[in-house]
Amino acid sequence: MQPATMKVLKIDFEKCTGCRLCELVCAVHHDGVSNPARSRIRVVKWESEGLYIPMACQQCQDAPCMQGCPVGAITHNWEQNRVEVDYGLCIGCRTCVAVCPFGAMHFNTIDRKVIKCDLCNGDPQCVRFCEVKAVTFVDAGDESLARQRTAARRLHTAEGKAAALL
Amino acid sequence: MALNRKIAYIDLSTNTVETRPIPLEIRKKFLGGRGLDAYLLYNHAPAGCDPLGPENVLIISAGILTATCASASARTHIMAKSPLTGLLGSTNMGGFFAPELAWAGFHHLVIKGKAAGPVYLFIHNGEIEIRDAAHLWGKTTTDTQWAIRSELDDEEVKSCVIGPAGENLVRFANVMTGIKNAGGRTGMGCVMGSKNLKAVAVRGTLDIRLAHPAQALDFNKKFIDQITSAKVNQIQGKLGTPFIWGATNCWGGLRTNNFQYNQLEDADDIEPERLDEIATETMGPHHMAACFGCQVHCRAQYKIPAGPYAGKYDEGPEYTSLGAFGAEAGCRSAVTVLTGNHLVDQYGMDNLETGSLIAWAMELFEKGILTARETDGLDLRFGNDEALLEMVHRICARQGWLGDTLADGGIPAAEKIGNNAFDYLIQVKGMNNLHSDERATPALALNVATSSRGSDHLRSRPAIDLYHLPEEVLRKIYGTPVPYDGPLSSDHTSYTGKPWMVFWQENCYMAVDCLGICKYHTVFLGATLPNFEDWPRVIELNTGLKLSPTDIWQIAERGNMLERLFNLREGLTRDDPKKGDTLNHRYFDEPCLRGAPDVIGLSIDRDRFNAMIDEFYEIKGLDKNGLPEPRTLERLGLAQEPSHQL
Repeated sequence: MQPATMKVLKIDFEKCTGCRLCELVCAVHHDGVSNPARSRIRVVKWESEGLYIPMACQQCQDAPCMQGCPVGAITHNWEQNRVEVDYGLCIGCRTCVAVCPFGAMHFNTIDRKVIKCDLCNGDPQCVRFCEVKAVTFVDAGDESLARQRTAARRLHTAEGKAAALL
Repeated sequence: MALNRKIAYIDLSTNTVETRPIPLEIRKKFLGGRGLDAYLLYNHAPAGCDPLGPENVLIISAGILTATCASASARTHIMAKSPLTGLLGSTNMGGFFAPELAWAGFHHLVIKGKAAGPVYLFIHNGEIEIRDAAHLWGKTTTDTQWAIRSELDDEEVKSCVIGPAGENLVRFANVMTGIKNAGGRTGMGCVMGSKNLKAVAVRGTLDIRLAHPAQALDFNKKFIDQITSAKVNQIQGKLGTPFIWGATNCWGGLRTNNFQYNQLEDADDIEPERLDEIATETMGPHHMAACFGCQVHCRAQYKIPAGPYAGKYDEGPEYTSLGAFGAEAGCRSAVTVLTGNHLVDQYGMDNLETGSLIAWAMELFEKGILTARETDGLDLRFGNDEALLEMVHRICARQGWLGDTLADGGIPAAEKIGNNAFDYLIQVKGMNNLHSDERATPALALNVATSSRGSDHLRSRPAIDLYHLPEEVLRKIYGTPVPYDGPLSSDHTSYTGKPWMVFWQENCYMAVDCLGICKYHTVFLGATLPNFEDWPRVIELNTGLKLSPTDIWQIAERGNMLERLFNLREGLTRDDPKKGDTLNHRYFDEPCLRGAPDVIGLSIDRDRFNAMIDEFYEIKGLDKNGLPEPRTLERLGLAQEPSHQL
């Protein structure tokens, strides 16, 4: 069944200020404690270049974590548009951590279990707190629109320059 | 729990480490951060100790709210006896170090002794290791941090470090974390250098339990909305603190050519909008960065666009670097400001003190008190950008007669230079003033004269005095949490009611420094921002500690009084030009020559200034000489100090 909307986290890393509030509120919302080691979203940094990139689960359609799970504990919840872990089935083998191409599946050593983004059941706290909108919650079909528009403008400018050369 | 974070006592002479919990009754008296640091310093540093001797105590701390769900609770505080002033050493910086320290299990590190050779500390989830740092000695501040990460194979390690200036015992060497977060004032990097302590590295993944997490989360959102709705923070988020420089220069409140003028003319190249253009050209449109958990994001990222350091990445420059490498030295080039900012960041040297001392030397050169003989041939005239930057190198390396002399700080340098060099030194208690000029603003003059760490704008400055807010608005702010029905004036040139405003701000900033949050999140530059009435809720939701606004006020008053007790013990007297609550004579004798009509021609009136000091002392519960009345110490619970409970 196709859901009416299919919302995803859109990460616009150029806007990220590197403050890591998303990590804090993710941990507080899910576990009631402050500890970025519990966060499902992590800001990866290259401080010497001033580059900050928030990384979170992409909720892949054909998710490697789901394919790799030996006990079938990871499934796609189409209603919430997310990949989720059934902790009743999970054996904690961390295969999903090893195969995730985004490093977005984490192992929480305090509770000894894997953790991943669950989109906060439709109200992602990282999005709620990110004032600069480096992380937004958008319809998957619209994710490319802004980028397309920027590219189109670039193309138009390039065309204009080419025309001027003639 | 935030309240279960511990104190670690580390003795570098004996390689011993001891950890202790912080009793609740101590928390209720000093909270954490700077307040508790003052308690620890007063109790652990022997009276009259040599600031560079092993008996001096270096304290590095987080605030009580650090790394909780409280907005911008990222500040690290560092305290010791200052090798620059011989009085209280205290400095505060943003970044990501303090939260990591809290996640590693600690709120306060008390570092004593002196290591036999270079070492660094590695603090990881409750464990503390003293490691060899011989291979790090000589490295710049960022190279040191990246080398530690590489050695520990962990990109998430946060370190506070010294650079070559701290190693060379430059008296105003700072402590750095990240690219540009600087604990700049009072030479805390010099104390680290004297202990052979190159860095403190931390990594923590321990939970901090919150008392009421869901409510704390919602309250944080409300707090952030309040903070980001302030216009002043919106402009900070776009232009950073240079916006203050632009506004203040327009008005005529900036020291120029040391202290000869109060406005830099023809300064288009270093106006905030120009710096924003450079940041945009070199780093793109989204070039603002933030400290941990902060939505104000006031740090610009930039690359130096030209000159010998072209292409180097850094952050800032702050308001203070624009003075240090701009107006004070009579320089007007963005490349010079950005380069100077980069050099002090890399060397680990306080930008304010560095710029101010060089500007002072430039005036002495102009007056013939210094000559080419002392400058080793350097043409140290105002507006000579190359000479300014050359002096930054020389001070860090203690190279040449003047470089070595200035590296010892203003007062020792003045004594060495002789003649009347001291008369031109814009200092209080041995620490130079930042580049602001307070001759038109008695409240701000009182603030710099009485600040506990020497001339400073972040201890008690009623900056909103410049906004000419209606008296009823001032009364609403300054009339709580302790009732005040004395006079208040909206006029920045007035002497009326200013001692109370300075006293209120002194308590406000102490409270903020105990909580571990940033001053842009309280009544500093914005009148609508949170203060005493707003803090009890955020403290309770995050830590479970129940305090009233007046409780917090009294804790702050206690912390300030303890800092004063420390200064009195180390030689502060009211009128001592080198260690007192005094100002350079030029504040009184030389009127402002430039600026707006309500600035030009103004200077501080000596008698009225002294009357302000009298009133300020009386409000604080001090006698005419600035000594606390016995009943004041009783009221604040300080009569038994040092009480050696921790």
